[in-house]
Amino acid sequence: MSDDVAIIGAGIHPFGRHDGVSGLEMAALAARAALADAGVGWDEIDFAAGGSDAAGNADTSVSVLGLTGVPFINVKNGCATGGSALTTAHAMLASGESNLALVVGFDKHPPGAFNPLPEDWGIGSWYGETGLMLTTQFFAMKIQRYMADHGISTSTLAKVASKAFENGSLNPNAWRRRPLSEAEVLGSKMVNNPLTQYMFCSPGEGAVALVLARGERLRHAPHSPVLLRSVAFRTRRFGSFEVFSPSMPVTSAPSPTTEAAKAAFEQAGVGPEDVDVAQLQDTESGAEVMHLAETGLCEDGEQEQLIQSGATAIGGRLPVNTDGGCLANGEPIGASGLRQVHEVVLQLRGDAGERQVPGNPRVGFTQVYGAPGVSACAVLSR
Amino acid sequence: MTEVAELNPVAEGLIAGTPGAPQLIGSRCRRCGTVAFPRQSSCQACMSVDVDEHLLARRGPLWTWTIQCFPPKSPPYSGSAEDFEPYGVGYVELGGEVRVEGLLTEADPARLTIGMEMELTLVPAPGQPELVTFAFRPEAGQ
Repeated sequence: MSDDVAIIGAGIHPFGRHDGVSGLEMAALAARAALADAGVGWDEIDFAAGGSDAAGNADTSVSVLGLTGVPFINVKNGCATGGSALTTAHAMLASGESNLALVVGFDKHPPGAFNPLPEDWGIGSWYGETGLMLTTQFFAMKIQRYMADHGISTSTLAKVASKAFENGSLNPNAWRRRPLSEAEVLGSKMVNNPLTQYMFCSPGEGAVALVLARGERLRHAPHSPVLLRSVAFRTRRFGSFEVFSPSMPVTSAPSPTTEAAKAAFEQAGVGPEDVDVAQLQDTESGAEVMHLAETGLCEDGEQEQLIQSGATAIGGRLPVNTDGGCLANGEPIGASGLRQVHEVVLQLRGDAGERQVPGNPRVGFTQVYGAPGVSACAVLSR
Repeated sequence: MTEVAELNPVAEGLIAGTPGAPQLIGSRCRRCGTVAFPRQSSCQACMSVDVDEHLLARRGPLWTWTIQCFPPKSPPYSGSAEDFEPYGVGYVELGGEVRVEGLLTEADPARLTIGMEMELTLVPAPGQPELVTFAFRPEAGQ
């Protein structure tokens, strides 16, 4: 047991819109909740990491918890912010450098699509001026091609969203809590063909914190610890189809998710077939479909049958995005990756309430993905 | 003969040729042959810095597409939200060498199919009618 790294505390600030509450305040609330859940004091934490994409430096936030001299690494790594913080904390614990760590991720974005500037991404300003600098276009074009290659229907895209809102309705911390039928999803306005409005998540607000421990610190945890068996983080290879690409080669390469998932499973010593509950990046419906195969949880094309048959619903063989995913929780960039881990912790403890996966799930998996082609995957188990 | 440069492209070093037969300016790696657009100073495939300018083929099959149905935020978009019309976007595999992303002249989803042959053309830049940008149009007869 001495080499094990485990999550002993999990805290969340509800996702959604919170006027008058700063991202930093949400982060502090999540951190306090995680510490209380773990039964440890902030002054006992000997390493911390975290951050946001657009809501400030994490260590400013936790300074309200008290200035203890703790080594704190601020992370600002886009959609991989939470995954990067988790990777860093896991490495510090696994190496024996630290015994008790806190990770925190939070964000607060204005409504509407993100409006990144081409110059920040190494592209000429013409790309944005002429209307090509939109993440939504990329997601639509990736799933459009995937549907043609692997026989995925628009009904399946709608079912992914419908399932997300169904799960969100069971999650008190979710933003979108009204169930939406497949017909309502298909009937919402077209955003980027084949994706409609309710198939996309929206930028939002929220915060999540986790307490990680190793060695002696695991013995006294109030909950049975959830082992963090592995975390793997990858960036894109040449040939992977990614956002903001004015061109790409005619030969394709494995996606960063494919490589991160493979590494995470290898490190953990378990396979995709062992996973009882999974949280996958669902920026839009198509992403969940494609990430099911990229992570190895199914074969390309198998999603059509899996999703149509309800296998990815909470009572199904492979429950996916049991807390409603990004679709029902929104996308506070810095918080989403840790929200997934938070949900798996609850599921493996058996504390997920109305949305609890039946049958005492033992192995959980998370995958966060984002621009410009970064992915972090983790395997957790009881 | 009129050159594209006289038509004021949205950016320098992007488009060459004539208005009737424009070509995109890409680059080709002298070591591994990888073609990219816009012109790169190094090769993302093999890390070589030995790359040449390379004019891309004008035609190829549509690899994937979508319709942009809402006005993009400005900045960075130059067009206005008031007179916004949905527009097509896609990747076209030019000359079997590289897939290039661009605007499509067709915005009707019923008239776009993966694999259909497309051809490079010039269109007024959104919100900047004095400038031109590149776009792909379905080849005649499709």
